[in-house]
Amino acid sequence: MSDFDRRDFLRLAGIGGVVFASGLRAGVLGEGWRNQTIGNDGTATEEFYFVQLSDTHWGFDGPKVNPEARGTLKKAITAVNSLEKQPDFVVFTGDLTHTTDDPKVRRERMAEFREIAGQLKVKTVRFMAGEHDASLDRGEAYQELFGDLHYTFDHKGVHFMVLDNVSDPEVVIGEAQLKWLQADLRQLKRDTPIVALTHRPLFDLYPQWDWATRDAAAVIDVLTPYQNVTVFYGHIHQEHHHMTGHIAHHAAKSLMFPLPAPGSAPKRMPVPWDPAVPYKGLGFREVEAEVKKAKYEITELPVTRG
Amino acid sequence: MKRTIIVLLALTAALGTAKLTAALKVTSATEKVIRLKAKKFEFTPGEITVKKGEPVVLELTSEDRTHGFNLPDFGVRTEVKPGTISRVRFTPDKPGKFGFACDVFCGSGHEDMSGTLVVTE
Repeated sequence: MSDFDRRDFLRLAGIGGVVFASGLRAGVLGEGWRNQTIGNDGTATEEFYFVQLSDTHWGFDGPKVNPEARGTLKKAITAVNSLEKQPDFVVFTGDLTHTTDDPKVRRERMAEFREIAGQLKVKTVRFMAGEHDASLDRGEAYQELFGDLHYTFDHKGVHFMVLDNVSDPEVVIGEAQLKWLQADLRQLKRDTPIVALTHRPLFDLYPQWDWATRDAAAVIDVLTPYQNVTVFYGHIHQEHHHMTGHIAHHAAKSLMFPLPAPGSAPKRMPVPWDPAVPYKGLGFREVEAEVKKAKYEITELPVTRG
Repeated sequence: MKRTIIVLLALTAALGTAKLTAALKVTSATEKVIRLKAKKFEFTPGEITVKKGEPVVLELTSEDRTHGFNLPDFGVRTEVKPGTISRVRFTPDKPGKFGFACDVFCGSGHEDMSGTLVVTE
């Protein structure tokens, strides 16, 4: 039973609204059948899923950490392309490339990364910068190749906000972006489903390892009045879940090397490659959005199956 | 005495109260002064030892570019810029080993740029 089949089965067995699963009434609802849920009140609501990939560090070179450094991203893209049902979109949550002091090499890495990401079957791909992409030149190269450092988009009733907490080397969102965020939020209802996408955590996860955003508290303050806010981020190269009040924060795995759990090692050095279990600790995730309830079901997937 | 007051008033006017307080504290004999050098991608020394309850002044300099120094367990952080001495003061109130790190992204070895503060009883 594939992951999809399993989840469809679980949905059918679940409590609440009836969900149309593979094969059921497909002829009635046509192309959009999979995304239609009938709630208890009989009204149709949207469901969809997206894929989050993170910390691909294209250009990284460290055979003891990842001897397949030039192949891991490509394998992950093959894995996404082979998903039985394709996601509505894919988002890369930063550190697309590994940093370099050479502006020319930085642009070359970004161009290579963009070309590889272009091999995704899904054509809606959202990017954001990590500090490796944007901190040394305040996002200059990133903006040339990928566009805005912060922006919003809406998808089937969910308001997505891509926030930039990396291009300022001081590791802040900053006053200007905070004002932009406040202005954007003012246009929303208090119960609008909101997903914030960031690279670094929006809370003090472990500042001893620089796993924080210095003005995160100010961001959380402006988000807190909104009832349905969820944050997906990267940076820490491992799955992690945390709550700040009613706001959930979910960190994703890397596609280059895993890092130790916060504070579990003297230094935040990459976890060495395990030849017995290649790609251990690496992976990507599917996020299924149940829009009406502003709920997100996360499924972690490996780079390779086997 | 009168001359001292005049000098202090002149310094207050020139520097402001906060800076004057800091300037005067530099001369405090009770503080332990520790010098730290920052450069890509290390602090030297990488481990510093202090005593619990003993006031400490860290004097940080950079040999190449702007770095950060963050010692969150004691609420201590500063930027470290070339050509200047950054001073931070604190009194460690608990024993143990505490990590500090550069928190201004400085390049491909940034994640390695960290050290340990050892506080003894």
